[in-house]
Amino acid sequence: MLEIKNLSARIGDKEILRGVNLSVPDGEIHAIMGPNGAGKSTLSYVLSGREGYEVTGGEAIYNGQDILALTPEARAAAGIFLAFQYPVELPGVGNANFLRTALNAVRRARGEAELDAVAFLKLARTALKNLSMQDDMLKRNVNVGFSGGEKKRNEVLQMALLRPGLAILDETDSGLDIDALKIVAEGVNALRSPVFSALVITHYQRLLDYIVPDRVHVLAAGKIVRSGGPELALELEARGYAGLEAA
Amino acid sequence: MTALPTRSLEAWRYTDLRPLDAMSFAEAPAASVPGDLPDIGVPRLVFVNGRFDAAASSALMFAHGFATVTEESDLPLALINAQHAQDGLTLEIPAGVDAGVVLLVSYANGGALHPRHRVSLGAGATLTLLEVIKGEGVYWHNPVTDIVLAQGARLAHYRLQNESREAFHLATIRVGAAADAAYESFTAVMGAKLSRAEFHVELSGAKAYTHLNAAQLLGDSQHGDFTSVVRHRAPDCSSRQTVKSVLSDAARGVFQGRIEVDRMAQKTDGYQMSQALLLSPTAEMDIKPELQIFADDVKCSHGATIGALDEEQVFYLRSRGIPEDTARAMLICAFLTEALEPVTHAGAHALFEAAIETWWTGK
Repeated sequence: MLEIKNLSARIGDKEILRGVNLSVPDGEIHAIMGPNGAGKSTLSYVLSGREGYEVTGGEAIYNGQDILALTPEARAAAGIFLAFQYPVELPGVGNANFLRTALNAVRRARGEAELDAVAFLKLARTALKNLSMQDDMLKRNVNVGFSGGEKKRNEVLQMALLRPGLAILDETDSGLDIDALKIVAEGVNALRSPVFSALVITHYQRLLDYIVPDRVHVLAAGKIVRSGGPELALELEARGYAGLEAA
Repeated sequence: MTALPTRSLEAWRYTDLRPLDAMSFAEAPAASVPGDLPDIGVPRLVFVNGRFDAAASSALMFAHGFATVTEESDLPLALINAQHAQDGLTLEIPAGVDAGVVLLVSYANGGALHPRHRVSLGAGATLTLLEVIKGEGVYWHNPVTDIVLAQGARLAHYRLQNESREAFHLATIRVGAAADAAYESFTAVMGAKLSRAEFHVELSGAKAYTHLNAAQLLGDSQHGDFTSVVRHRAPDCSSRQTVKSVLSDAARGVFQGRIEVDRMAQKTDGYQMSQALLLSPTAEMDIKPELQIFADDVKCSHGATIGALDEEQVFYLRSRGIPEDTARAMLICAFLTEALEPVTHAGAHALFEAAIETWWTGK
């Protein structure tokens, strides 16, 4: 269960989040929609602990713990996963080494046994297959030379391996064609369970045809201005975001 | 004794030897072999304070006795070496022989050492020479290594310079490569208070090739200088240099790389890249690339970058649960990967990786 209470944050002097209130119960998928500049990406970075964002008020409680004071790695170990809008390229870092290091770091922090190379490969190959990814993806450098779709699939692969309790998908649909979008959505849907919840941040309704949310929230000018069921996304698609700030 | 070079010489502009000049070193004393010498399961030759230690060394049919030195260059450090050299490795690999891997260990713990090493490979011969250079306390190590590669010979030469942090290390390595010969080298610069590795590689026969890479990992107030002069003297030769420096605290790194292309060295392919990661605001890197080209149909390029670790990459790794220290270490290793390319021998590669990891853990 994620509970965000009156969360405010800024970058430098610029107020971006101005009192966000939101709660995502276990097992639910919530979408956050909103116009550009509303603070959608800032919310995802503040929740995952990126430096450069100053929290000026409020709290974010995940499974009873205020996560805002934790390091990014401690948040990951606690079960929070951010799928990046722009996955970062890591030249010189092999994907397999990266995935195994991450998986074992998280397993260690959760008190689980680390996986040896053989056990890891077995697990990774199964996850790759589920995402229609080639095995050679493991041998390549992390995200280097990947197409937009491959990068997003690599994010979902990491998510599948790390088994987060809360996934934050930051505009995962941007730059994806419809086939890649379906694969990514299936990857997320496969994780659905009573102990998994997700915040799906998106500008467009399209992704929500494939990842059907339990709730839809509209973030505008740093605040949640409307919440509703999946039908809200359709309404926004038809009418646009205009006038929402005043709502 | 020939005077030490000063900064008024262009070749020594970035490395000041006055701290060395202010000290006086006696001839290195005899010392016993330390217990923890590296062993990677290959023939090993051990020098202690500049002297060959037969008891700690393997018997090797290609190793010969030391012969007197005549120095023909005007390089000050090579001249000083020649005036004092009393011992050194002499390896002669006959034509056509694959001599496998040889480990050369140099250990020192006091005084001044001026070993003169000579390695020659006959036509088509191959050898991998792995040097591990270490020590304890204050001393001055001034080795000169002369390498002659006959036609089609191939030498892979890896050096792990891990001298005592109080020591001075000034190495001169000179290579002559005949037609189709290849000199593939990698140097890791990690030790010494002040060090310089100066390479002179002459590609004197057509299609000779060299890979001259280095990784400098320096901290505290260490000074490391990697200087290279690659002379293309014949057509169709190629040279590749990738020098990576990781500098923390108030460390200072230097890379001076000169590529000279003679008039007759048409179709030369020369490439040089120097990249530095500064881990602290007080670290400093000086880079001086030079191209001297007298032929008209050549491909020569150089590049240089200096920067910090990419915090975006650090965050990406941490967001996957990887602790900050490990994340930074992974990115530093990734930064160094390209420089390690010539190290194809698995045992040698593992040795360098372990040394890099130890360096990082000690930070």
